[in-house]
Amino acid sequence: MSNQDLKAQPKTPHAASTEEATKAENYFSPLVDIFETPEAVIVIADVPGVSQENVEISLDDNILTIHGKMTDQQPVGRVILEEYESGHYMRKFTVAETIDREKIEASLAGGVLKVMLPKQVPVQPKKIEVKMG
Amino acid sequence: MPIIRFAERAPFRNPWAEFERIRQGLDELSKNYGDRGRQQERSNVFPALNIYEQDDRLIVTAEIPGVSNQDLDISVEGETLTLKGKRENAVAKDTPVSYHRREIESGTFSRAVALPVKIDLDNLSARLIDGILTITLPKAAKATPRKIQILSE
Repeated sequence: MSNQDLKAQPKTPHAASTEEATKAENYFSPLVDIFETPEAVIVIADVPGVSQENVEISLDDNILTIHGKMTDQQPVGRVILEEYESGHYMRKFTVAETIDREKIEASLAGGVLKVMLPKQVPVQPKKIEVKMG
Repeated sequence: MPIIRFAERAPFRNPWAEFERIRQGLDELSKNYGDRGRQQERSNVFPALNIYEQDDRLIVTAEIPGVSNQDLDISVEGETLTLKGKRENAVAKDTPVSYHRREIESGTFSRAVALPVKIDLDNLSARLIDGILTITLPKAAKATPRKIQILSE
């Protein structure tokens, strides 16, 4: 996998941004990897240009929302080449598993956001012993 | 009883009308693409670059999330800027995980760009913050515009 050449993937505008924004800002849908371990569901999202304090992650019912505000300033000057546009990031997911909300953790490093959603440990069924009368 | 006239001539058809219709269809198609014209001219070479020119310098920016400082190699030779690097997979290969979605790619990249002006090779700087690489390339003294004093007698 690691010998493969990287291809630039065009940024996809955020799908739900069909309603017009009041500000002329771009919203992109970040690329994600989502995988599951026995203990947790992990979401990794590429959000270049977003700093730690500008990430908002919320889990409302079972909708996980990742919202990143890009604050990096575009350099001034005459544009010679423009191959990408920068903008904010927004993406929502429906999480099927039951998540332990208290233990959700997120970290950001080098423009990559990692959200750990620990699965809720199922309540052990309690066995009721029937005593002889 | 309806009378069927077999002898009735088919209405005159302009043989070029069909071509005209196809041309219009193609025009419409290219117009739709035209709206996304900026998308079209993007290369799919990683990383995508933006280059800005200021009076005394060039600024090159690229979004390279997940690439660490150590894995990135930037060099300038003559008027060619080369970016090389690799992006590691976020998950170690031997960990057993089941993927729900897999959109982020890992791998190596190498890109060379020809710069429009000569660069002062001694004063280059690059920084990588939050996955955005910014390279500042000061122009060589020869290439910076020189103000010419006009002497009046």
